[in-house]
Amino acid sequence: MATVLPAAPRRGRWAELFLLLIALLLAFMAYAQVALALTDKLPADMTIYCAGFTALALAAHFVLRWRAPYADPVILPTAVLLNGIGLAMIYRLAARYEITNPSFANIATKQLIWTIVGVVAAVATVLAVRDHRTLRRYTYTCMVLGLVGLVIPLVPGIGTEAYGAQIWIHIGPLSFQPAELSKILLTIFFAGYLVANRDAMALAGPRVLGLQLPRFRDLGPIALAWVVSLGVLVFERDLGTSLLFFGLFVVMLYVATDRPSWIVIGLLAFAGGVAAAYRLFGHIQARFQIWLDPFNTEVLNRNPGGSGQLVQGLYGLGNGGLFGTGWGRGRPDLTPLAFSDFIITSLGEELGLTGLVAILLCYLLLAQRGFRTAIGIRDGFGKLLATGLAFALAFQVFVVVGGVTRVIPLTGLTTPFLAYGGSSLVSNWIIVALLLRVSDGARRPPPTTSEIDLTPVIASEAERREAAQAADQKATQVVVRP
Amino acid sequence: MNAQIRRMTALVTVMFLALLGSITWIQYAKAADLRARPDNTRSYYQSFDRDRGPIVVAGGQVIANSKPVDDDYGYQRIYADGPLYAPVTGFFTILPSSTGIERAENQVLEGTADSLFLSRLQDLVTGKEPLGGAVELTIDPVAQQAAWDAIGDQRGAAVVLDAKTGEILALVSKPSYDPNLLAAHNRDDVLAAYDAWEQDPDNPLYNRAIAGNLYFPGSTFKLITAAAALESGDYQADSELEAPQALDLPNSDHQITNYADSSCSSSGTMTMAAALTISCNTAFASLGMALGQDAIAAQAEKFGFGQDLEIPLTVTPSQFPKGMSIANTAMAAIGQYEDKVTPLQMAMVAAAIANDGRLMEPHLIRTERDADLTVMATTAAKELSRPISASTATTLRDMMLDVVTDGTATRAAVDGVTVGAKTGTAQKDADHAPDVWTVGFAEADGRTLAIAVVVEDGGAMGNGGSGGAVAAPIFAAIVEAVFGE
Repeated sequence: MATVLPAAPRRGRWAELFLLLIALLLAFMAYAQVALALTDKLPADMTIYCAGFTALALAAHFVLRWRAPYADPVILPTAVLLNGIGLAMIYRLAARYEITNPSFANIATKQLIWTIVGVVAAVATVLAVRDHRTLRRYTYTCMVLGLVGLVIPLVPGIGTEAYGAQIWIHIGPLSFQPAELSKILLTIFFAGYLVANRDAMALAGPRVLGLQLPRFRDLGPIALAWVVSLGVLVFERDLGTSLLFFGLFVVMLYVATDRPSWIVIGLLAFAGGVAAAYRLFGHIQARFQIWLDPFNTEVLNRNPGGSGQLVQGLYGLGNGGLFGTGWGRGRPDLTPLAFSDFIITSLGEELGLTGLVAILLCYLLLAQRGFRTAIGIRDGFGKLLATGLAFALAFQVFVVVGGVTRVIPLTGLTTPFLAYGGSSLVSNWIIVALLLRVSDGARRPPPTTSEIDLTPVIASEAERREAAQAADQKATQVVVRP
Repeated sequence: MNAQIRRMTALVTVMFLALLGSITWIQYAKAADLRARPDNTRSYYQSFDRDRGPIVVAGGQVIANSKPVDDDYGYQRIYADGPLYAPVTGFFTILPSSTGIERAENQVLEGTADSLFLSRLQDLVTGKEPLGGAVELTIDPVAQQAAWDAIGDQRGAAVVLDAKTGEILALVSKPSYDPNLLAAHNRDDVLAAYDAWEQDPDNPLYNRAIAGNLYFPGSTFKLITAAAALESGDYQADSELEAPQALDLPNSDHQITNYADSSCSSSGTMTMAAALTISCNTAFASLGMALGQDAIAAQAEKFGFGQDLEIPLTVTPSQFPKGMSIANTAMAAIGQYEDKVTPLQMAMVAAAIANDGRLMEPHLIRTERDADLTVMATTAAKELSRPISASTATTLRDMMLDVVTDGTATRAAVDGVTVGAKTGTAQKDADHAPDVWTVGFAEADGRTLAIAVVVEDGGAMGNGGSGGAVAAPIFAAIVEAVFGE
């Protein structure tokens, strides 16, 4: 009679190509509209821009076909779309700065170059990392490099202070924000460390008030994270990065151990740290005042540390209203740093609430595909890595967008893919590459029996438990069959 | 771990919902509040950063337009012949105080007026940047320039109306100011220019033609007293009036005398027409007392005194005092005491007389056009009121013709043009020479102009100046220029 054949698994590469073409079309239309609004002409380099960007995106697409054929088809087009929209807005602002602020006039060209570097880095990552599990070997290397990246801006002669935060390093003409790369390195470290130690951390320890508390010696890594993030807060004055690392680590701890106590302890420890910093440092108090009462004349006019930038951003959003002024028709350049920390208000002004909702949903989609990947992948390291990367991306968007829209106090962080900045762009493209790599593993059909590698793998207690559960479920299904 | 990952997905979703809620609150619920905040420079720049439409005089000459510039405001407003047209255009400034047509027709010039709705809709569909509409004025550049030149360096004003349509052909005020300096984009420069003019004792910022401090009408007010007499039915042009050399005012130690203390008539009485021709004060003062203040006030009101008027610039209402003693009534009947008028008001009196008693509504706007210059709205000629009957108008008209042929306004005469006028020499106080007037009409080629000219402090002639000597030649120069075209 009829035989049941397993359907060929859907790789989704054609869907990816289709979505990619839509993303490119939107990006090019944005670019063209900016030029039309500002000069009534198409940009002089329209053809070469379109051809170059298309070639770059297609190159990434074909590398995925070749080396990661099962990778999630939505991730790459979403990243290309966000990057393209960011380029259009930076191009739009650069055109304005040519008149008002020539020192920023070259940001569009620079961002374009960084986009190429970013995509190339992503392609290189996909090619170099054939299996994400190999990264686990570099757990402690990543920790060291990640911490060095965080601390190096404090080294005299290399690190420089800008906009009140000491998070840049300058080597010759190049400037870089190493914390952006540390974000990836420390996520790899957390994933590797936690997957090895989560049993001990999850199961041992006393219960107090219904909370399973960890053993004192297992507090080591969270204490380290707490020290590092508060160190960043205190010595580099970078509230945003500090918040990002702490949030990332607490979430990964929770996911690895399923102990809500980590979240409680983490939140209490962070709140305590912030409270102490609030008492000690004037700039943190100022941040809170700006958040709570930006329109207060005194807060508004304080210099430095006034709420002028935040208020300008809000005016920009208000000016945009529901549908925005249209590309090139608003005045986003009136907001200081409209191309980096406040690019979201620039986009909100010209694309309106509708445009901003679409952009936020793109981020949510990206994060959701990351979590989906984490659920789909079979190994614990992959789960933690994908969760960490997806959460870092989403949390960074929350911290920066929440900051400019007064959900939380304003802290300096870049908006992934949109904001001007090479380190941010390259790091986010690498995150995308890692998510693509893990998702390829997650969506790849399980190997047939003949392909199963029977070499014993050292699995953790939890992994063994999960495998056993999965086997149970299978067995149950068999029983249920009528 | 999957359960925890799902919970984190939910957490991220909640965080994004918070962001979506916040941007909706800011961009939807609070957007209008944010835009309205006084320190919001965005809204402020945005009102400048658009291609504001031009102001055009009759014949198509552009007197105000915008050109793109590379600064925060985007466009610079430019006034051709700024001082000449300043009383009409006003100025468009970065301070929140634009004036003139720039203020009154702001929505058309901005492109946001209701009359431009269709072209705005079109812009929305085609994605074109909204452009400002154009405002075409009734101002005749020839009349405007002639009045400006004729007044010369003297302080004063001139208004020319088309009596049949109410179109304002000229609106001149001197001294004037250059609106280009007030349209500058540097706040300090604008304030410096404005303060200097505001403190100038010659008050260049006054729009003397329709506002400013107003003027005593002097003997030009006799037209209104005569109109009240004719309208009462008790008087004709040949009615004999008391015309002593000096008129004792009841309950007062004041006397009214005539210009240069002359005697009007050897007999002590004269006809109303003759009294107007030589501008006899005592005759009209006694006529005023006989008519009573209420009759004169009612007549003045019919001509527009005390009425709000927008052309669309706001015109300061002219005043005829109330509750006067008989002595003051006599003074008010000859345009003294507390009578206060605008030149536009006096031109309206002449216009009603020259147009068979029909007063047409004065207006400055001929058409409003969209950015493609398609006419979106046209001001139609409209009758404002009928202050006098046609027969009274004819009688007064003939009396005014006599003033030009035989009386005080002989210098207003122009060959080939029918000119009727009334002069005025309004006493102010011991320190100042009188303000001198000529008010009248000029007919030729089927057109009827109504003109009022006033020169402050006797103009170049000072205390020796009179309406007939100083203002009448300016009147004639305007008439010649318009009909000589």
